[in-house]
Amino acid sequence: MSYNWNWGIFFQLSPDGTYTYAQLLLFGAGWTLATALLAWAIALSIGTVVGVMRTSPVPWLVRLGNAYVELFRNIPLLVQMFLWYFVLPEIMPQAIGDWLKQSANASFYNAVICLGLYTSARVAEQVKAGILSLRSGQRMAGLAMGLTLPQTYRYVLLPMAFRIILPPLSSEFLNIIKNSSVALTIGLIELTAAARSMSEFSFQVFEAFTGATLIYIVINIVVVSGMRWLERRVAVPGFISMGQPAAAH
Amino acid sequence: MFSNIDWNVIIRSLPYLFFDGMRFTIMLTLMATAGGIVIGTLLALARLSNIPGLSHVAGAYVNLIRSMPLVLVIFWFFFLVPYIGQWLTGAERPIQVGAFLSALVTFTLFEAAYFCEIMRAGIQSIPRGQVQAAQALGMPYWTAMAEIILPQAFRNMVPVLLTQTIILFQDTSLVYVISVTDFLGAASKVAQRDGRLVEMYLFAAIVYFLISLAASYGVRRLQHRIAIIR
Repeated sequence: MSYNWNWGIFFQLSPDGTYTYAQLLLFGAGWTLATALLAWAIALSIGTVVGVMRTSPVPWLVRLGNAYVELFRNIPLLVQMFLWYFVLPEIMPQAIGDWLKQSANASFYNAVICLGLYTSARVAEQVKAGILSLRSGQRMAGLAMGLTLPQTYRYVLLPMAFRIILPPLSSEFLNIIKNSSVALTIGLIELTAAARSMSEFSFQVFEAFTGATLIYIVINIVVVSGMRWLERRVAVPGFISMGQPAAAH
Repeated sequence: MFSNIDWNVIIRSLPYLFFDGMRFTIMLTLMATAGGIVIGTLLALARLSNIPGLSHVAGAYVNLIRSMPLVLVIFWFFFLVPYIGQWLTGAERPIQVGAFLSALVTFTLFEAAYFCEIMRAGIQSIPRGQVQAAQALGMPYWTAMAEIILPQAFRNMVPVLLTQTIILFQDTSLVYVISVTDFLGAASKVAQRDGRLVEMYLFAAIVYFLISLAASYGVRRLQHRIAIIR
């Protein structure tokens, strides 16, 4: 191998003169987590609403929910990023478009919204599957007790559905962290982008990517063990959660 | 708003978009799927084997790949493949490989980790009694796998494998980060050359949408048909 390894590179100053390369990677990890967490908040709230819509007895709500999911699932995430970042400001009225283009951290907000909506379609799919996996007697019993339909969802169906879909939801959460790396194409300096720029400045390509990989692994381990803890914490005695999450990324 | 939109730019660049761009995307998707399923199945067999070292190595590989974002994996292999080529051929310098080969190696090895998990679930969905019956009949391991277990596992998992292929089709757009001219790359080049971002990106989105929608509709129909046959 004609590659010169230099692991000390992490502790050398980066070209900005203030921070070491290791610190740059950690800042990148910070942006990755900030993007992923905010986008997750969007994904979970919209995903739940759309998932509920798709199981409601109102036909047009079901169709609307289905159309939403198909729209966001069938366009590559990268293309969606470009639509939000490059296309949206152009087709808005001039004033709004200029404001969108000039706002500070535009790529961060774009990434959060894009990733949030993209993931919300996947969450909606899981929420729907969770609700449909419950016996139809639960909905009927809730309604027969005199609960309204929204109350039945709030107090009977959703609490059980969320417990059932916790494993696939946690793998969606891991996906949103990984998918935030796509935002480097619109200029967000998250973890992968930080490793990329470190490799370009220092020429220590493999050290930079190894550093980023290790941080991703640590994030992964923390999230997985946190989710296991949560699963045990909220488990209802007498019920076991369903099988493994489907493969997706 | 849409006042200064020029849709002609799409018509002018159609041959470039589809013969250069989409051909690359489709080739990459099909070849990476084929390679990924083969390597993924071998990885699944390794993970399920009784040989301790082997199952651990395969498991570590799958978990490592699955915890990394695809973009990072693309960067890794983009720089690593020349060194792998040097190591394989014993050349003096890292070997320059084309964009297609680099992307193909990346997606094959990346998707193999995901196909491995699918095939593992497929193999585990076959009752253990079948393996034991094959052993009792004196069938060697590979014969039992090739003749009995894998055909059924594969058949059970066809819808999931196809869904994963649709995801792979969408994911190939990420070769954009190493400036490869796939469908999106071609659209993006025209967009930047002619200053027509709105038209080209909207068109790219519509094309990806229609292909993925049609494919997932087909998978759903297939799923129904398989379900009825059983």
